[in-house]
Amino acid sequence: MTFRFHNISIALIGVFTTVLAFGTGSASSAEPVHWAYKSIERPAVPSIAEKKDWVKSSIDNFILRRLMDNDIQPSRRAMKQTLIRRVTLDLIGIPPTPAQVSAFLNDDQPGAYERVVDRLLASPRYGEKWARPWLDLCHYADTDGYLTDQLRPVAWRYRDWLIDALNQNKPFDEFTIEQIAGDLLPSRSQDQFIATGFLRQTLSNREGGADIEEFRVLQVIERVTMIGTTWLGLTVGCARCHDHKYDDISQQEYFQFYSLLNNADEVNIDAPLGGRAQEFWESRDDYNQARQQLLAANRLAVDELQKTWEQKILHAYKNPGEDHIWDRQYELLGLIWGGGLGEGQLEGVEIAKLDWAKRTQRQKDDLLDYFLRYGSVVDPEKFSELSLSELRGQLEKLKKEYPIALRAPGMQAAVNKRKTRIHIRGEYLDKGDQVQPAVPSVLPKLAVADELDPRLTLAQWLVSDKNPLTSRVFVNRIWQEFFGRGLVLTSEDFGIQGASPTHPDLLDFLASEFMSSNWDVKALQRRIVLSSTYQQASTYRPELTSIDPENELLARQNSLRLSGETIRDSALATSGLLSAKMGGPGVRPPQPESVTLEAFGSHPWDVSKDEDRYRRAVYTFVLRTTPFAQTAVFDAPSPQSPCARRERSNTPLQALTLLNDEVFFEAAQHLARQIDTEAGDDLDRINKLFTVCLQRLPEREEASLLQQLLAENRTFFKSHPELIDATVGRENAELNTAAWVHTCSVMMNLHEFITRD
Amino acid sequence: MKHTRHQLDLNMQRRQFLGQAGVSAGALALNSLLADESLEAAPTASALAFPKRAHFAPRAKNVIFLFMAGAPSQLDLFEPKPEMKALHGEPVPGSFLEGLDDALIRGSARIFASPRSFRQYGESGMHFSDFIPNIAECAEKLCMVRSVHTDISNHHPAQLFMNCGVPRFGLPSMGSWISYGLGSESQNLPGFIVMLSRNGSGDLGGPALWDSAFLPAMHRGVTLRNSGDPILHLKNPGGVTTQLQSKRLNSIVRLNELRFKKQMDPEIQQRIAAYEMAFRMQVAAPELLDFKDESRTTLQQYGIDDETSSAFGTNCLLARRMVERGVRFVQLYHYTWDDHAALNKKLKENCDMTQKGVGALINDLDQRGLLDETLVVWGGEFGRTPMNEVRRGINAGNEGRDHHPFAFTMLMAGGGIKRDFVYGKTDDIGYSPIENPVHVHDIQATMLHCLGLDHEQLTYHYRGRDFRLTDVAGNVLHDILT
Repeated sequence: MTFRFHNISIALIGVFTTVLAFGTGSASSAEPVHWAYKSIERPAVPSIAEKKDWVKSSIDNFILRRLMDNDIQPSRRAMKQTLIRRVTLDLIGIPPTPAQVSAFLNDDQPGAYERVVDRLLASPRYGEKWARPWLDLCHYADTDGYLTDQLRPVAWRYRDWLIDALNQNKPFDEFTIEQIAGDLLPSRSQDQFIATGFLRQTLSNREGGADIEEFRVLQVIERVTMIGTTWLGLTVGCARCHDHKYDDISQQEYFQFYSLLNNADEVNIDAPLGGRAQEFWESRDDYNQARQQLLAANRLAVDELQKTWEQKILHAYKNPGEDHIWDRQYELLGLIWGGGLGEGQLEGVEIAKLDWAKRTQRQKDDLLDYFLRYGSVVDPEKFSELSLSELRGQLEKLKKEYPIALRAPGMQAAVNKRKTRIHIRGEYLDKGDQVQPAVPSVLPKLAVADELDPRLTLAQWLVSDKNPLTSRVFVNRIWQEFFGRGLVLTSEDFGIQGASPTHPDLLDFLASEFMSSNWDVKALQRRIVLSSTYQQASTYRPELTSIDPENELLARQNSLRLSGETIRDSALATSGLLSAKMGGPGVRPPQPESVTLEAFGSHPWDVSKDEDRYRRAVYTFVLRTTPFAQTAVFDAPSPQSPCARRERSNTPLQALTLLNDEVFFEAAQHLARQIDTEAGDDLDRINKLFTVCLQRLPEREEASLLQQLLAENRTFFKSHPELIDATVGRENAELNTAAWVHTCSVMMNLHEFITRD
Repeated sequence: MKHTRHQLDLNMQRRQFLGQAGVSAGALALNSLLADESLEAAPTASALAFPKRAHFAPRAKNVIFLFMAGAPSQLDLFEPKPEMKALHGEPVPGSFLEGLDDALIRGSARIFASPRSFRQYGESGMHFSDFIPNIAECAEKLCMVRSVHTDISNHHPAQLFMNCGVPRFGLPSMGSWISYGLGSESQNLPGFIVMLSRNGSGDLGGPALWDSAFLPAMHRGVTLRNSGDPILHLKNPGGVTTQLQSKRLNSIVRLNELRFKKQMDPEIQQRIAAYEMAFRMQVAAPELLDFKDESRTTLQQYGIDDETSSAFGTNCLLARRMVERGVRFVQLYHYTWDDHAALNKKLKENCDMTQKGVGALINDLDQRGLLDETLVVWGGEFGRTPMNEVRRGINAGNEGRDHHPFAFTMLMAGGGIKRDFVYGKTDDIGYSPIENPVHVHDIQATMLHCLGLDHEQLTYHYRGRDFRLTDVAGNVLHDILT
């Protein structure tokens, strides 16, 4: 049961000082005042008289100009070992191998660094790394969210599309259009449909009593937030309940934007994987014929019964409260349709609302299948008289006799058109004036023709060269990945309350170059990592702490703690355990059992076996309400809302994870068993260990510390031989290997191991 | 130059940290810890969560929130409604429904008078049913708020509402706000600890309820589990003894110090402090969990000797031990109280599992003089209907109640709350408040107030606006404060 009584949003009113102006809009002057709303002009590159040899890219002109103006010298170039570790972790999310390091160190020819960069940009690992920040934005998960948090077993189709699109370097305009409106493209491909899975990452509430319209509205609101954050850097959500307090967005404009997405419905389609496609599609005619034959016998009687059932459901939908049994049937149709399969929750309801004559064959089939399974309440006697349960069994059996296609979630234009009205104070039942689709008036106009579902127009508007935000926002987030903070610190908020850019000209330069390169993402990244600015040493400069405490002027690189995913991938890669397998359903690496018991408890965490235990973190199954413990401890955002910028915290729970988590200790064991077989003495092996873990050789003091630890542990295990096997993770293990396990574990706990300098 | 609040905090912490601790303080702390294994001897070099100053003089230092997830029935525990006997089995009189657009109730719901017997306790004449005698005996220490109402009637959104102030995901929980606002006083344990016990599965929203959202992760609730490791990864991996662990730690700290000398990054210092704290937690947590210094009587009072009440009783006793050790916010979840059917039977089960522990905790805190500085709160995410639930058909003898957000009861004690005091009143069937309605945001504002925090000042700037626990509402309930 959902009640409306006292609404939160009522309370929103009093506090905000802004006068509410429903229906009037606050369309401001033609000339925007706020920097981010102004159109992007390519600024001139500052000329530099001094330090000409430092400048490698136009980026450096902008950075150096500001440094010189402040009498600050840039830092020297980082050591080659540091550089290859940095650029490898930044571009592909795993550290370089010792062979890659030594190849780079030994390459004295011009262009050595460029060759490394190009190799990395071409690596399939690249897409796996860069998918992650994008998945934060759409808050990808493999379950619905909310209390029941049911599985979405085909959600990964979108994740795989994303990794592939990034690896292909799909131009960002196409990348954008396909994710927002791929289904509406003329003669769209299966992949273009799957791209709209971006919009399917909203939560679904299937708890009994949830008002399905209320939660559909929340999904549209969430899509507005996702698009606002991802492309526009706007916190449009504030204007849902009142005119935006700071930015020029009225409540009317909010609902105009909302209406751009209000006629998109969730749908899943048959989307067979490559090798299966032909066989599947060729089988359809036969299958449909066979299905119709099974249905022929009682066709009219069944249709009649189903129609009665639908009428009663629709009557309850329009007249709630008259009959609780049919109220419940309507509720159930919305709650359980496609549950546990990751299908669109409201598809059934929308089909039922549609005229029989207007339904596609597929829609007819799907609703009939539901009716046969759940519809007996309409007339149990008649139901058994017609043997409808048996019929259902036969139809299901038939399905299994033909090839089955993997499903994929995406969007489609609404089955039944909805009008959009302002929700007064954000309350979805309290309808104000009707609004027409539009974007906020501070932004360039978007022309919507008489379209049922204007998503394609919206998508094209987002990447039009008139739009001042998309390119700035995107370029800024890319910059953030390479320096730890964006040129605009608040990468999620380019509005009036957001931070001002530290280098406005550089931001606009990059944004304009990005557009004129046909939105070439890899070219943008290449430009950044080839700059001297990027290649500087990160060594802390105490003399600058008072002048530039946040290193905004970039007189050095920043040392950045790696993301939770990269930490895991690094440990597995370093020890040689990491699997290179790409794609497919999410996997469940080990995590403490109590983590999943804590949630609803209905999803056992059956630990994946063999290779799947060691997959890259991007493939870890995401339970929306109970995120994977290790990455959550290292600040992976909760998959409940969009995140454009992660925290980098430093906590004792992170220490406990690295010290004691099964995965990390297993990586240390695996590495120790290899190091123990290396030729040479302890010092040789310590050198090797440093090279594998940190891509550098130890200082003398560091090496002697580890030698001392080895000696102590050997003495310890001599008197505690019973602990050797457990330490090494193998039977009849050698004392020496046990001592190395601890040494390897120490290395994988170092601040430097989880940091890129 | 613009900063986010968090960055300013971090900078402050770094400066304080560098001011307090020399380069090798980490190793010194660790070594002294290893030498005598006495926690008191460890210097307090941790820069992770400094105690911060409250907005005004606090009445409470710590909070214990006993969250009854799934929503217990106020009408069978605290609200005798003799008038309902006459209406039993009848439809809800129209007068109660005026102005409500509550479709389902109009249909076929029937009044369900509670079969429980009630008695009055204390000077205030507080009512308790026969299911919770041990809580009833604490009447003189309790404040009963009978007129709480909330905005939403689905479990998860309503639990989020009670904990985070909005029925949506992505905002910090109350414990995180308080940890952020006041810092931690414990050097060895996290500032916000969550414990779970249950009767059946379901109806608990999970980690979003104790998430720190955009606040720094150090303020996230740490779950103390009653199976496996009490804190994740507290136990050493296979084959690692305390001695080996300390060698491992020592080497990590010393190598990190060498790195600091070269790189000069204050983050490395903070990493060293985090490892120290981790090690202290490994030592302190088992001591916390070890009841050997508790008397037999204490264990009995908490119901720990009894299988039924043991799990929740244990958590109640742990809650007392945590506040004694300076943990700021302790939250116990018991679930599920979601009795849509067979309410009589299941409500008794849940009461038997929990009521001894609750009574013992309040008495114990009071006897130790801790109740005045500890705010204890008991309640669920909403209440239950005065009507029998008919969604699944008529169910004589097996009645249950549906979700009811309009009026329910919460208990509060200690930390500046009046003793032996009843606040708020509902109509004759307990449908709506008719005196002193209390919104969830008011409860939150009052809890922060007891801790010396102004709910309108405890804000964090994020995504274009200042967020706070009470969203844009909430009034402190001065009437229930001493």
